[in-house]
Amino acid sequence: MGDFFNSGWSWAVAIVSVVSILACAVLLWLAGKAKVSAAALARGDNTTGHVWDEDLREYNNPLPRWWMWLFILTVVFALVYLVFYPGLGSYPGMGQWSQQGQHRSDAQRMRAELAPLYARFTATPVDQLSQDRQALAIGQRHFMNHCAQCHGSDARGSKGYPDLTQGQSAWLGPLSGEHIVRTISQGRQGVMPAMGSAIGGEAAISDLAHYVLSLSGSPHNEIKAFSGKRHYAACAACHGADGKGNKALGAPNLADNYWLHGWGEAAIVSIIKNGKSNVMPAQSGWLSPEQIHVLAAYVLSLSGPAPAAVGSIALPARTP
Amino acid sequence: MKSDPLASDRPAARRVIAIAAAGDDSTVVTSLYQSEGKIYPRSVSGWFSRWRWTLVWATQLLFYGLPWMSVNGRQAVLFDLAARRFYIFNQVLYPQDLIYLTGLLIMSALALFLFTAVAGRLWCGYACPQTVYTEIFLWVERRIEGDRMQRMRLDQGPLSARKLLRKTAKHGIWAAIGLWTGLTFVGYFTPIRELMGEVRTASLGAWELFWVLFYGFATYGNAGWMREQVCKYMCPYARFQSAMFDRDTLIVSYDRLRGEGRGARPRGQSAAALQARGLGDCIDCGLCVQVCPTGIDIRNGLQYECISCSACIDVCNTVMDKMHYRRGLIRYSTPNGLAQGLSVAPMWRRVARPRVLIYTAVLGLVSLAVLGSLLTRAPFKVDVVRDRGTLARMVGQGTIENVYRLQIMNATEQAQTYRLRVEGLEGLQVVSADRVELAAASALWVPVRVQMPPAAIGPGSYPIAFRIDAGQAGDFELFEKSVFVVPR
Repeated sequence: MGDFFNSGWSWAVAIVSVVSILACAVLLWLAGKAKVSAAALARGDNTTGHVWDEDLREYNNPLPRWWMWLFILTVVFALVYLVFYPGLGSYPGMGQWSQQGQHRSDAQRMRAELAPLYARFTATPVDQLSQDRQALAIGQRHFMNHCAQCHGSDARGSKGYPDLTQGQSAWLGPLSGEHIVRTISQGRQGVMPAMGSAIGGEAAISDLAHYVLSLSGSPHNEIKAFSGKRHYAACAACHGADGKGNKALGAPNLADNYWLHGWGEAAIVSIIKNGKSNVMPAQSGWLSPEQIHVLAAYVLSLSGPAPAAVGSIALPARTP
Repeated sequence: MKSDPLASDRPAARRVIAIAAAGDDSTVVTSLYQSEGKIYPRSVSGWFSRWRWTLVWATQLLFYGLPWMSVNGRQAVLFDLAARRFYIFNQVLYPQDLIYLTGLLIMSALALFLFTAVAGRLWCGYACPQTVYTEIFLWVERRIEGDRMQRMRLDQGPLSARKLLRKTAKHGIWAAIGLWTGLTFVGYFTPIRELMGEVRTASLGAWELFWVLFYGFATYGNAGWMREQVCKYMCPYARFQSAMFDRDTLIVSYDRLRGEGRGARPRGQSAAALQARGLGDCIDCGLCVQVCPTGIDIRNGLQYECISCSACIDVCNTVMDKMHYRRGLIRYSTPNGLAQGLSVAPMWRRVARPRVLIYTAVLGLVSLAVLGSLLTRAPFKVDVVRDRGTLARMVGQGTIENVYRLQIMNATEQAQTYRLRVEGLEGLQVVSADRVELAAASALWVPVRVQMPPAAIGPGSYPIAFRIDAGQAGDFELFEKSVFVVPR
């Protein structure tokens, strides 16, 4: 029944449509004649012979007959249209036309047009493709449309949204085409558990925050950092004893100068107390594997030429 | 020259449906629609007719010829709707340049006002495609079926092999002209050489075929069948042009004072004898009616159907010559000129009246502005959009950074390098690449990072501007405003 709650509405719309069209035809037939006084006709003054308010007379200028045929044509067109196109209530029409269908066929046509271009791109590994200017230009457009909302037009991100231009050191995983393709298509979840109760009271957390700041040589209170060091054991499991993080786990490096979730005591205290759950949404729902392949090449290019040791990646499965 | 009754031209095709009630109040029910009689314009030659043919040749050489011209290795005039690029000789226009189309339309409208105020429906009589194609189709008709009387006799006569042959030949040639017109028209939107190749291999696209047939049929139908009906019932200009006449507008007019009373007379009768019989210069030959493409009698004065084609002037002048009368019984004259008996010189002096001068001045100014703007416009376009993801960010030790997206569009047909600068605040600078290369006729979104040194200014938003130039490629520089945000 489509958009209707009740099939009665569909019938009501259909009946109103058809009756209106037929009423137009009837009106055309009824209003196609005029009464003219025989005397006026004999006088030949081309008026209907009716006089209002002493001297107002109605001219009797006929329309050309082809004009009437245009009216009839519109009635015929309306009926034919309703047979072929949706319009009569929920009747889909003999042509089976729909907006979704139109969009699907347009998108399909566009994909077919672009297929040869993308075929060349997908035949090239992402790491190599990140040097291809044409691929990068297309990848940049995808980035602007799908990624820039969070990561920024220049891919430098903002608080909570990773900077994609920091290169190998800040990357929470191997800097490889394969890894980026998987991240874009399947998304990622980053979780830092809330550690407040495991650490202890406010003072302990504040001390720990100063210790974390000291790892990267950021400005900190030496005494607090010294007393915070003993609480760090709880963090070392993931972030490592030296705070350099663990890429296999996705635990960030605390000893560098890249602060995804904010820099300074207050930001670190908040993360320790409340934890953090960060999500990169999967893009495979609207981007095709070919598009993700090109997009990954662009993202990889943001970190400069990829190290050759990373190697090439397996092509993502292509949809038929 | 025998007088031709009007009735044969305009048969009363109006149908009386019923006659009711006898007596004084009796009414007749008539149809509100009427088949209009076919008009058989007689061929005419003369000064105005030659002008019309000159314009037929000029407009049609332009229309049929232009798509075949090439510039810079592409079609000189091409409106590429799919790529949204409009090539007009050396200029490439984009949808952003729509203002020039608006300018062109304003210029056309003002020119129409001007010409109409000076000399009536000049456009209708000489340059309108409806007139031009009707003229061409009438010429074909005349070559095949003969002039007015032969055509009328052929139409009234029974169907014969001869009639069938002539009608088939006429419609065949009309259809061919229509199709060629349709192809040429579509050739302004699809490269015409490719289009003709597709026609040869019968591989025309569905939409191309549709539009070729649509415009072909429109030409055939309008110029072959509809003719004056288009001017009388469909054309909006026809109706509003007469609203722009005034009493000093030159219109095709019949000199009633000189012409009345009408009547046949032997050639060479003396002026005194004519006066005695009450006869003016009009010999009532009816030729002005026979040549009229809209089927009116100009002697009834200005009528909305009159397209100012001046056929009646030409034919009347030939009659006046034969009668050894002065030319110009029907002529271009103004209502004031006729009423006051003005000669040509004072009528022309009245052309320089405020209305005409104002139209001329406005038309001149608009034309200059459009042309000037077209010739001095920068061959690239820039839009500055602040980044949607980040309002502002702090980098390093308190440096404030804002991110912008610049959409740069290269409107030329060569690759270009653009240089970006930013101004408006002391110390403000572009820290991302300040040079952008763009391929020919392409557009690119460029993320641009702009930085402000630490603690230079307090929180707030400050107006800034980007200056973009094409480097050595030209003196053009674009100036785009934006804002720089410093967070609290």
